[in-house]
Amino acid sequence: MTAGCGGEVRVQSRPPFMRLIAAVLMSSGVAAGGERAVEMRNFLRNDCGACHGMTLQGGLGPALTPVALTGRSAEELRLVIRDGRSGTAMPQWRGQLSDADIDALVEILLTGDEHELPARSGK
Amino acid sequence: MSCLRGLANSIGLVAGLVLAASASAEPRGTGDLGIIIERAAGSAVLVETTTHTALGRFEGLGDLSHASAVFSRDGRYAYLFGRDGGLSKLDLLTGTVAARTIQAGNSIGGAISQDGRLVAVSNYEPGGVRIFDSRTLAPVADIPAVYGDGEKRSRVVGLVDAPDRRFIFSLFDAGEIWIADLHNEKSPAIQRVPNIGREPYDGLITPETRYYIAGLFGEDGLALLDLWAPEQGARRIVAGYGRGEEPLPVYKMPHLEGWAAAGDYLFVPAVGHHYVLAVDRRSWNEVARIPVQGQPVFAMARPDGRQVWVNFALPDNGVVQVIDVASLQVVQRLTPGRAVLHMEFTPRGEEVWISARDDNRVVVFDTGSFMPVAQLAVDQPSGIFFAARANRIGM
Repeated sequence: MTAGCGGEVRVQSRPPFMRLIAAVLMSSGVAAGGERAVEMRNFLRNDCGACHGMTLQGGLGPALTPVALTGRSAEELRLVIRDGRSGTAMPQWRGQLSDADIDALVEILLTGDEHELPARSGK
Repeated sequence: MSCLRGLANSIGLVAGLVLAASASAEPRGTGDLGIIIERAAGSAVLVETTTHTALGRFEGLGDLSHASAVFSRDGRYAYLFGRDGGLSKLDLLTGTVAARTIQAGNSIGGAISQDGRLVAVSNYEPGGVRIFDSRTLAPVADIPAVYGDGEKRSRVVGLVDAPDRRFIFSLFDAGEIWIADLHNEKSPAIQRVPNIGREPYDGLITPETRYYIAGLFGEDGLALLDLWAPEQGARRIVAGYGRGEEPLPVYKMPHLEGWAAAGDYLFVPAVGHHYVLAVDRRSWNEVARIPVQGQPVFAMARPDGRQVWVNFALPDNGVVQVIDVASLQVVQRLTPGRAVLHMEFTPRGEEVWISARDDNRVVVFDTGSFMPVAQLAVDQPSGIFFAARANRIGM
């Protein structure tokens, strides 16, 4: 959507630790903290995002924004991620993600990520 | 001079979007230029393959996850299709955004017509294809992908250009292939090919442009349409290739491109399996299933057809394997970096550029020695597209 606002960033000029700090700061609204939260945010954007869109607005898979997920319980989301949805392209992720990873994903999904997505603020 | 005139036209067409343009002092061609998508930053890097260098950067291009590009017939402009419905026209000579429009809510790719005058975009939301004037990006036609009772619209995938002013695409939700004839630009004639199979996920046109092939996600097999006789409908090929095997969860949808054809064979990813299928291009029978490291995403033939390079879905997405077409065996395994998303050969195939998203780099390999010859720092690179695509139909 507005990812273009990050366009000024030149990756060469920004040390990796700055990115980490930025990501940690931006995850302050989420209880699941630390490196796993950062990792799972990246996973959500990049790997879930392959089908659901980097900004989770949907693609071949449905939108996963908080509004789109209104009425879904944490347990329901946990099950869908872990076991997939038969008859659809949604795979079971239990071979790739631990229960703790899945919990972190569910928390990010339900809490919302709009102040991070697109994550690169550009400053 | 014509370069400057073109630049002036571009500025006239798009007020407010032209960046500080500085036309290069020396006239030059675009045959060794290309772009690399920076998916998260919403930008694209302008690169030159001769010197392995970045020449500039196009910015403010929106959500570029799953972005792809086609090129104007003169090789000067790239048309970039963003996930968020953004369609951007990039001027490779001036390094500026020549035009840009948001044409839909959610898009997946596009194509340019045989004569270079029309650009078509395939959309998920609203499901269908929209067609634009390649010069101005003004809307020309809208093709809603309605199906069933006429209320529903399908997401559209596998859009390619074909000879005789046609675009061809597949309807993921409807299981149909549509042929749009653009002789009457404002009112395209649509030929529907129903019952092609469940959930076509992508499509390609073979290099000689006679066949359109859609890969099926909802079943094991491919749908083959003979464009010389489309009224005969699509036929299923390599149907049931995974029969008797437990399919694996598919962590990333595979892709099909015209680059999949090498010599007598077509190389296609087996969905949910750890092999690449080699299909005979005359009989359309499977001639080999080549075991590979993981679930293939792209299987791309070097332009001379001697090698096929394959990348993979999670958790094998740090690996690239090379199939030798003569022996139909994997002969090389490379690790260019974390999260390999795309590969692009130089026009004659002596080198291949490979994007490693999570290592923020693009690595260039010599395809003869398999040695890395250059590396570029690029912010979360995904698709790599070279201007030589301008001269290939179905690209």
